Amino acid sequence: MDNALVIFFGADRVLFVFFGTEVYMTHLIGAVLYIVLAPFAGGLIAGLDRKVTAQMQGRHGPPILQPFYDVAKLLGKEKITVSNGQDFYVMCSLVFMVISGAFFFAGSNLLMTIFTLTAGSIFLVLAGYASNSPYAQLGAEREMLQIMSYEPMILLSAVGFYMATGSFNVGDIVTSGRFVFPYLAGMFAGYVFVLIIKMRKSPFDLSMSHHAHQELVKGLTTEFSGRTLALSEIIHWYENVFLLGFVFIFFANGEPRFIVLGVLVALVCYFVIVFIDNSFARMKWQFTLKSAWMVTLVFGGGNLFVLYYLRAVFQV
Amino acid sequence: MSIKKSPWIIHYDCSSCNGCDIEMLACLTPMYDLERFGIVNTGNPKHADVFIVTGTVNTQNIPVVKQIYNQMPNPKVVIAVGICAATGGIFRGCYNVVGGLDHVIPVDMYVPGCAARPEAIIDGIMKSIDILAEKQAALDEGVVPEEICGGYIYEGEHDEHGTLITDEDADAAEEEQDVGATPDQEEQE
Ligand code: SF4
Repeated sequence: MDNALVIFFGADRVLFVFFGTEVYMTHLIGAVLYIVLAPFAGGLIAGLDRKVTAQMQGRHGPPILQPFYDVAKLLGKEKITVSNGQDFYVMCSLVFMVISGAFFFAGSNLLMTIFTLTAGSIFLVLAGYASNSPYAQLGAEREMLQIMSYEPMILLSAVGFYMATGSFNVGDIVTSGRFVFPYLAGMFAGYVFVLIIKMRKSPFDLSMSHHAHQELVKGLTTEFSGRTLALSEIIHWYENVFLLGFVFIFFANGEPRFIVLGVLVALVCYFVIVFIDNSFARMKWQFTLKSAWMVTLVFGGGNLFVLYYLRAVFQV
Repeated sequence: MSIKKSPWIIHYDCSSCNGCDIEMLACLTPMYDLERFGIVNTGNPKHADVFIVTGTVNTQNIPVVKQIYNQMPNPKVVIAVGICAATGGIFRGCYNVVGGLDHVIPVDMYVPGCAARPEAIIDGIMKSIDILAEKQAALDEGVVPEEICGGYIYEGEHDEHGTLITDEDADAAEEEQDVGATPDQEEQE
């Protein structure tokens, strides 16, 4: 498989040097594949999400391709915008999201990926603040709270990967030849927990919700309409693919069977999150923050401690 | 056309007995499941394509109806559900009831019934989707939105019949007063 790639694309050739890092053809292929295919994969996942949700509630549910119809419709709607800054911020958010995912799938530095992702989320918060609508502003405030809740855990898992494989580079992690999951089981549990917050699923769908509890109307996206709303949908698609990709690297180590395992576990995680989404009412923001930091401390911190101990005592 | 596959609705219950409101919500339950047609109850006019109004429009909620209508991006359709929304129904003639949604905003579809059955409501929405698609096609051809969707609805005062008091009406009324006042003044002089 690797050899075929090398012969086909000249995958081992260094294309150019970017901030002291050699960029290989394989990196570029990963990034381009993400940019082109992630919207389709993300849209399909969103469609499956809605279908499965409907089935769980005893409904028939919309067609799987529904998210694509929605976005196509939104792109054709009249442009109504209360502040031009809003559209600009949403566009910025999309750009940063795409860059962040592209870094990740190019096998680049995990920390840089996470920081770019945060920039993308912050631009979305700014878009919420851009209008004077109280719903959008409250949504933006809650979105910031959510960022505060999930960010430490995601950063800690990056550190965990470094401790387990000796590198922050996604490329090195997925070809390390070492099955890191047993070393990072706590990190994994913590990451899946904050994934619920990051994906804005119940019980942590504070800032905006696709459910019918509408005390914030549509929260962060209340003032978006037409094209802007479509873009924010597309941001979610890119984001979800990236987040599931993060689950994947807990398992991938270069061997085909672990690659299959990684994809399967990512899908199972998503299913579990949809299940939780359907079986919980919304929690208060205090609970979100406290529980997320608790989980980060216990699972993330505990795991880091164990890794450190193993390293010091057994030199693993 | 994708708008036919994803009409998002916003639902506003004006007043009355709320029977139609309950039937409308029944459409979203597992029994009838509107979402299988891609229909989402958004609760946000800026995301919606279909405006569903139940109950009698009265002088108290006219500004709300108009504001929701104005905030919806084109193309959009309006459905009056139940006889209350269509004509005022059993509340027609009450001191504050204006007698039908079409006195206030342009209506594209009427769903009869007291209360309108969920099957009838779903039928109404599905038929209105064709109108929505026609409007979208016209907009794509470059027709100005005001011609097909109705433009911005003026948020002014209404008289007791629900008719908008325009600036011209107000001027005319003032003139009448002036005319009436002149002879008195002359007499006094
Ligand atoms: S039409 Fe009948 S059921 Fe519907 S709101 Fe009016 S009175 Fe109630």
